[in-house]
Amino acid sequence: MSHHSIEARDLAFSYPDGTVALDGVSFEITHGESVAIVGANGAGKSTLLMHLNGFLTPLRGSVRVGDVPVIKSTLSDIRKAIGTVFQDPDDQLFMPSVYEDVAFGPMNLGLPLEEVDARVIEALTQVDALRLKDRPPYRLSGGEKRAVAIATVLAMRPNALILDEPSSNLDPRARRRLIGLLGTFTHTKIIATHDLDLAMDLCERTIVMSGGTISADGRTGDIFTDDALLDSCGLERPLSMQNCPKCGRSD
Amino acid sequence: MASLEHEIHEFGQLDQLSYQDTPIHRLDPRAKVLTTLVYLVCVVSFGKYAVLPLLPFLLFPVVIAGLGNLPTGFLFRKLLAVAPFAIVVGIFNPLLDTHIALRVGTLGISAGWISYASILLRFGLTTLAALVLIGTTSFMAICAAIERMGAPDVFATQLLFLYRYTFVLADEVVRMGRARALRSFGRHGMGIRVYSNMLGHLLLRTYARAQRIYLAMTCRGFDGQVRILRTLHLSTRDVTFTLGWSAVFVAFRLFNVPLVLGQFITGLIT
Repeated sequence: MSHHSIEARDLAFSYPDGTVALDGVSFEITHGESVAIVGANGAGKSTLLMHLNGFLTPLRGSVRVGDVPVIKSTLSDIRKAIGTVFQDPDDQLFMPSVYEDVAFGPMNLGLPLEEVDARVIEALTQVDALRLKDRPPYRLSGGEKRAVAIATVLAMRPNALILDEPSSNLDPRARRRLIGLLGTFTHTKIIATHDLDLAMDLCERTIVMSGGTISADGRTGDIFTDDALLDSCGLERPLSMQNCPKCGRSD
Repeated sequence: MASLEHEIHEFGQLDQLSYQDTPIHRLDPRAKVLTTLVYLVCVVSFGKYAVLPLLPFLLFPVVIAGLGNLPTGFLFRKLLAVAPFAIVVGIFNPLLDTHIALRVGTLGISAGWISYASILLRFGLTTLAALVLIGTTSFMAICAAIERMGAPDVFATQLLFLYRYTFVLADEVVRMGRARALRSFGRHGMGIRVYSNMLGHLLLRTYARAQRIYLAMTCRGFDGQVRILRTLHLSTRDVTFTLGWSAVFVAFRLFNVPLVLGQFITGLIT
């Protein structure tokens, strides 16, 4: 798997209770791209992410990572290549200490202990959380938890990162720091978010979802200035692109 | 609800105590687990009416708590918090076992009271030892220790997860309780029916979380075995600690130290 495009072709999925979550979703994300997936609640963002790393199997259509189709027999390779950062860090940090949590993935890859150690230190340094390494995860602040959750994924050395609502529940400074951190990564990034300002800062491309389909797919700047499109999908312009609430001026 | 929050906070405090750096904290967890085990066996194996020979066993928790820098008041409060259990367990002994076993002056003390005292003392000693162990050894170190000592992998993993998510679950319980209290007035809304609904809800939430955690684990290559990364070194200090204390416990078990001491002193006097 040297070339890391991620391709979804005509994805369709409905939950057992009959809710149609995806209905014919197709896109291709090329190596190194940073793509925001935005949409109102229930638009199908999370369901889409669950298909990209093979947690859900589509009823119709297919997902390919590089030249490998996402099917049961390729799952372990796919998950090595695509790191997923979950919305609630408490779901992701299940080991008793930060160090052991970050080591969990590399240990499962069967790496020798020195290599595991090197990767843990490197990943924690990257997210500026090395000083937390002996702390238990339940004693961390929200921002620290998020940083460590990202480190657990980085330690696997994935080619692509999938992030589900990375800025939720963070205070403004922790959010700003996270955006700075994510900006330094050269991985292919797929970010599902309601934080359109974060999407503006990090992603050159945005996919807008609504009702299980793709309503728009294009340059982030173009999409966030298309008020008719945003309105029809239950979204608003990012704050940074709205006029000043006091004087009404745009800059 | 406030008392529950308080309990959870205290539990967290015990956890924090275990991250201190004292000679006792630095001992290998296996040494401490094994020593505590020997201690428990010795204390529990005494006869039904043993009171006096149990007293010397107080030495171990007191010394370890002292060296391990554990606050006495805190340990005592924790002990009292679980005491009702032991108090209730033995409450009928004085009523059922009424033959007089001991006379102090004109006062006859029944065997029931003596066995009740023995139960309470044993409860106090074993609970103290457990508290001291947890206060001087982090829970994950205990898990690593019992795994290394041959306990099944699954068992250690279960314990680890139990401990890790106790904090998350407790937070959730407290939040739900608060939400209910805020919209309940007087007795309305605080009844058992709402309570059972909440329990069911909590179970479903826990189930959903378990599923998400499992996803997160498979995402990082989980294959059914959690590999605990921990290098333990057993030094001579640890071995000395275990053997030394174990010898003391066995001696306390075999010889009635207060009695021997008493005889020795009366022998000196007369």
